[in-house]
Amino acid sequence: MPVPVTNEVVPGEPLIRFENVSIGFDDVDVLRDISFEVGAGETTTILGESGSGKTVLLKLAAGLLRPNSGRVVIMGHDLVDMKEVELLDFRRRIGFVFQEGALFDSLSVADNVSFRLHEESVNADEVETRVRQSLRFVEMEHAYDKFPAELSGGMRRRVSIARALIDQPPIVYYDSPTAGLDPVTSQTIITLILRLRDLNGVTSLLATHRLQDAFGLANFVFEPGINRVVPIWEDADGKHFAPTKVLVIRDATIYFQGQTTDLLKSEDPYLRQFLA
Amino acid sequence: MQRYAVEALARTMATLTSKMPSSGPSLLAVVNRLLKRPIQSLQEYSYLVGDTFVKVCSPPLYFRDILEQMDVIGVGSLPIILLTGFFIGGVMVQNTAAQFQRFGSASLTGEVVALALVRELGPVIASLLITGRNGSGIASELGSMVVTEQVDAMRALGTDPVRKLVVPRVLATVIVLPLLTGVADLVGLIGASIVSYFQLAIGPVEFWNESMQSLAVGDIVQGLVKPLVFAIIISTIGCFYGLRTRGGTQGVGRATTSAVVAGSISIIVADFFIGKLLLYYLVS
Ligand SMILES: Nc1ncnc2c1ncn2[C@@H]1O[C@H](COP(=O)(O)OP(=O)(O)OP(=O)(O)O)[C@@H](O)[C@H]1O
Ligand SMILES: [Mg+2]
Repeated sequence: MPVPVTNEVVPGEPLIRFENVSIGFDDVDVLRDISFEVGAGETTTILGESGSGKTVLLKLAAGLLRPNSGRVVIMGHDLVDMKEVELLDFRRRIGFVFQEGALFDSLSVADNVSFRLHEESVNADEVETRVRQSLRFVEMEHAYDKFPAELSGGMRRRVSIARALIDQPPIVYYDSPTAGLDPVTSQTIITLILRLRDLNGVTSLLATHRLQDAFGLANFVFEPGINRVVPIWEDADGKHFAPTKVLVIRDATIYFQGQTTDLLKSEDPYLRQFLA
Repeated sequence: MQRYAVEALARTMATLTSKMPSSGPSLLAVVNRLLKRPIQSLQEYSYLVGDTFVKVCSPPLYFRDILEQMDVIGVGSLPIILLTGFFIGGVMVQNTAAQFQRFGSASLTGEVVALALVRELGPVIASLLITGRNGSGIASELGSMVVTEQVDAMRALGTDPVRKLVVPRVLATVIVLPLLTGVADLVGLIGASIVSYFQLAIGPVEFWNESMQSLAVGDIVQGLVKPLVFAIIISTIGCFYGLRTRGGTQGVGRATTSAVVAGSISIIVADFFIGKLLLYYLVS
């Protein structure tokens, strides 16, 4: 029987915790001894080159892959100890936006977004309401009856976000949500992520190879009063920081961990490459 | 059962090789390395089959997906089954007619054709056609779902891919293949009777009487058990190769080819053993 999943957040306990996590395929280390924490309501940007293991890290955090050693603790549950049946149930607390969207080709946009609701046998009227609500959030309601093949890359990414959000999970992972998109569409996606963070208090991991994404998340907040994204203002007390951290992965380990401002100030030649 | 046997074999191999003196690569070490992959695959395959069986017998079952797959596999394959069955029946009469006429026993044609069709050719040909059409289809569909992360997405959304993808395909094939085999047998006999009429001047009534009388219960049982077993082989092998696809679109191509090759060979081999087994039980 699946363990009952509790939504409660233990105060002071991070929502996402990696402890000395290592994983490799065919004797090649992809991630080695990774440890970090993400507190409730925080967003951590995982920055790394192509092939550095960003996708693998997110899949570990969702229990889609199992580490060779170490512990992955999400909301107080150690995923490594859980059976696949329990994990299937537990993943309902986690939204996952895959790199290319990973929409089901054979299903319409509406059926894609409502996939999880059908599993929970929610009644048809409520399904439609919630799907429309979710699609409206990503401004894709007009694509309700379309099929994934008819959508552009950016639209697919947005539908994928709508699908991940349908159950309003407290944790969302975004795998390279802006990769291969033009700057304007990228900005739309980042704005969506900001709204989720600042409006709904979603805790998230965001994998990307674009430093702009990390800056976007660190330097802007969504202001519900005026319904707009505004830059963070300078404050003498340093209180108005966006709840954002950066983690740089290089050669299978964490190369840098900290605030984006520290990253900016860094003299390290490898990190400066990202700034260029 | 099978899984434990495989594991035991792997363990024995491992202990055997570990006891060898470690001066250079010993013969056993080489054999071990060569066998490791296939044994591992066989183990994973047995695990998938076992897992599928458990999930066939426990809820939730996705009925809509089962029906959809029955439509794809059954209705979709009907034209090629009809066409192939008809001509196989006809060709058999054409090839045997001369021999039978030589011995003056042309009336035996119906009996021989019916036996061969129901016992062997119907099941094997229908299954090979379905392997080519649907074994490959299953492998490539699941394979592209794996490489585009749709299978991971499914798991992330809390749905078990074995229940949602494998079980419906296996059940649909198991239900549909015996029916398709029956159809192949029937149109095969129709083809045979038409050719007999024109080549051997055997009337349809005589032909059908002859062939129906020759069929014993054992033949019918064999003709139904075979497609059942073949259906399990085709669908599980297709799913297995599809789900373990690695390496992009190229990987999908490889998975598809492997599924068809492995499926076809397994059918021919299984056909031999089922025939032997059933013959043994039904005769004794
Ligand atoms: N299932 C797997 N089997 C074998 N190797 C894998 C598997 N998944 C990932 N890898 C390897 O792990 C490494 C990291 O892959 P990953 O997909 O996490 O990179 P990434 O940082 O997401 O890159 P990108 O920005 O291009 O998406 C790669 O070298 C890849 O070949
Ligand atoms: Mg990736």
